Amino acid sequence: MTSLTDPHKPAFRLSQLIYDTRYRSMTIQVVAMILLLTAFGWLINNTVENLGALGKDFDFSFLGSRAGYDINQMLIEYDNSMTHGRAALVGILNTLLVAFLGCITATIIGVFVGVLRLSKNWIVSRLMAVYVEGFRNVPLLLWIILIYAVMSESMPRPNDFRGEDPSASMILGDSVAITNRGIYIPRIGFSNSLSGNEAVAPIEGATPLATGAIDWILVFGALALSVIAVRYVRKKATITQEATGVRPTTWYWQIAILVIPVLIVSLFLGLTFSSPYLKGFNFTEGTHLRNSLIALWIALSLYTGAFIAEIVRSGILSVSKGQSEAAFALGLRPSWTMNLVILPQALRVIIPPLISQFLNLTKNSSLAIAVGYMDVRATLGGITINQTGRELEGMLLLGLFYLALSLLISSLMNVYNNSKKLKER
Amino acid sequence: MSDTHAQTVSYVRDTMLPQAEPPLRDKGAVKWMRENLFSSWLNAILTVLSLFVVYWIVSHLYPWFANSVWRAGSLTECREIRDATVGSDAPSACFAVIADRWQQLLFGFYPKEYYWRPVLALVVFLVSLWPVLFDNAPRKMLFFTLAAPFIMFALLWGGPIWGPLFVALGFVLGYFAYELVNKSAGPLAATLAAIILPLLYWFYLVGPLAGLFSSVAPIGFEYVDSKDFGGFTLSVVIGVAGIVLSLPLGILLALGRSSDLFLINKVSVGFIEIIRGVPLIVWLFTASLLLNYFLPPGTNFDLMLRVIIMVTLFSAAYIAEVVRGGLAALPKGQYEAADALGLDYWKAMRLIILPQALKISIPGIVNTFIGLFKDTTLVVFIGLLDPIGLTNAIRASTDWNGVYWELFVFIGLMFFIFCFSMGRYSLYLEKKLQREHR
Repeated sequence: MTSLTDPHKPAFRLSQLIYDTRYRSMTIQVVAMILLLTAFGWLINNTVENLGALGKDFDFSFLGSRAGYDINQMLIEYDNSMTHGRAALVGILNTLLVAFLGCITATIIGVFVGVLRLSKNWIVSRLMAVYVEGFRNVPLLLWIILIYAVMSESMPRPNDFRGEDPSASMILGDSVAITNRGIYIPRIGFSNSLSGNEAVAPIEGATPLATGAIDWILVFGALALSVIAVRYVRKKATITQEATGVRPTTWYWQIAILVIPVLIVSLFLGLTFSSPYLKGFNFTEGTHLRNSLIALWIALSLYTGAFIAEIVRSGILSVSKGQSEAAFALGLRPSWTMNLVILPQALRVIIPPLISQFLNLTKNSSLAIAVGYMDVRATLGGITINQTGRELEGMLLLGLFYLALSLLISSLMNVYNNSKKLKER
Repeated sequence: MSDTHAQTVSYVRDTMLPQAEPPLRDKGAVKWMRENLFSSWLNAILTVLSLFVVYWIVSHLYPWFANSVWRAGSLTECREIRDATVGSDAPSACFAVIADRWQQLLFGFYPKEYYWRPVLALVVFLVSLWPVLFDNAPRKMLFFTLAAPFIMFALLWGGPIWGPLFVALGFVLGYFAYELVNKSAGPLAATLAAIILPLLYWFYLVGPLAGLFSSVAPIGFEYVDSKDFGGFTLSVVIGVAGIVLSLPLGILLALGRSSDLFLINKVSVGFIEIIRGVPLIVWLFTASLLLNYFLPPGTNFDLMLRVIIMVTLFSAAYIAEVVRGGLAALPKGQYEAADALGLDYWKAMRLIILPQALKISIPGIVNTFIGLFKDTTLVVFIGLLDPIGLTNAIRASTDWNGVYWELFVFIGLMFFIFCFSMGRYSLYLEKKLQREHR
């Protein structure tokens, strides 16, 4: 039975490449590699041939040449004598603006609706169900066009605000005018501006949404520092609580730290609100939010909000009832039960799909094309391509921008998700 | 004891009282309202607020619907009828535009005399779905399901029936090649034969054969060009083609992404992330502007086909992620059990892993399909006439210049019906496949 000799070692045979599992995976990968490289080579070869036939080359220098077209909404300075690259940047900022605004409002709507849909109140939960199903089952494009049509067809004309007995009036203490050309809100300006941009008059037909980048950076910098300080105060309160068992009352400190520095910086810069007023045929002063921005923003928020509501609802339902019963049995107050027991567990379920909804919203903002909002698809992927005839380069850059944005958002959120994840064993 | 007691107490009830009615606040509608609408202050406020919202919406929309005009030739005629019946400042919907143009909204510019063809194709599609969606259908029906795509193609586009017929024969050829070679040379060679033979046949034989038969026996329907497709026909054709093609591709990609083979894994990850990272609209523009760059010089094929390819790749990436979630959610023991039984990779996947993983991912897959169907509206931006594109075309005519809401309501309602029923089916399927936690 026992044999001391080594087992017979067969020589390597070629058929082992196919039938032996140790080698087969290598074979498959080599074959796949060859096929893949052939396919890539074929595509690149075709592209080179086609470009050659059209007399085109592959060159990104068009980004440095003069754009020659106007953009009707911009966050940074731009006019048509600037480059295509600058125009693309303006478009990128517009995309980011509507995506950012949309993410915030969609989250707020989603959380409210998701919670209300679980309400025991019959009519409220039904109403929310109608909202969610209505928005989830109808294309976003239709909502965008519909809201745009409501804005531009059903809202009063600027002319209606005129006269002794106007048929339309401004709201919020004569500071906001909702017209069929868009919404006019007070413009925030700085009279002691550090960048000296205050003198720049609004360009005809264009909307500079913000002027004086340095001032804004200062204000937001102060806010960021305040937030850090508030966190520090909270941490100290927690340390005291752990040492003595009593949590010191700090909420007025927190509010003071949050508000006072921003207020001081704003007063130093000379914060002014200039309300819009009628002049000629239209409103002047104030910031003009175009219908395209408003329609896109509202539609994206309502549409994504419906999806987020479902996510929030399923997240809350996923926390088993025993958890809240246990918390009540421990004598925690309802608000503490929510904050310390239910929410942390629900968030773990909510966050990953929420991230992908944010990504979807950002990508869906490219539907701006339906209402003529000048996002990056309209500038870089639209007018620039049409003017320079560089489809390949333009679309490549456009795709890379969206890809980079998606990867950035998802990796940031993954970091957050990992920090909140259930630590197992 | 009892005697004394009887004397101290003046009256003792010795009969049961009849059951009393519950108090008014604890029965019927009042009780229901107290429990469901006014259980607390917050709820009462919410109820009043919601009632106000409902009232506001209904009071604005009801007159519009109630005064609607269904028979008129143009918007101005609509307005005249409204002025004559309810007065000039009353809101009134002009649904006459739907009555006038519903054919266009459903079929686009498909020739009028052939409207029965898309309708018949839809019927074929629904019948072919029956054995797939519900298990009370006879199993033999599955053969009809397999033939359905070719029948639908022949019905929708027309042309000689030999083209779709010979293409379909390629699959039959592949099947027989597999069966024959499997007996003599084993499964690997059989698989290769089943892939290579039909490919050769499609590339070199189908064209001449179909051409020959068409010239000898030109049987078939009148050819309809892709550019005549429009409206919901277009949406449904693109949507259904995308759904049918993207499911197998998505499953393959998901298997690739969870594969141990380094290269295959990385290629799948790259493909999925690139497709998912870029909006569909950019891919559609790529299809319409750039696809010609990547193909051999001189190739030029149908825009609709390009769109279908792009939509398929796009939703395949999303389905891959959903299915990957299902694969990851399976306990490891299932994989190990499959290995322990000595099943090879494909058998293990086919018999053990995928049925369970797909069951878990049904809601996600159906959601992706709903998303795909809604996304078919984006083709309007590359010049195809989907329902939303047709609203512009309808508004462009002098008769209906200025009609917005009626068209949007109609289109929204159609999409809602399609998508909502898909969602309900997914719920039904989830319940039916639920085997545990009864």
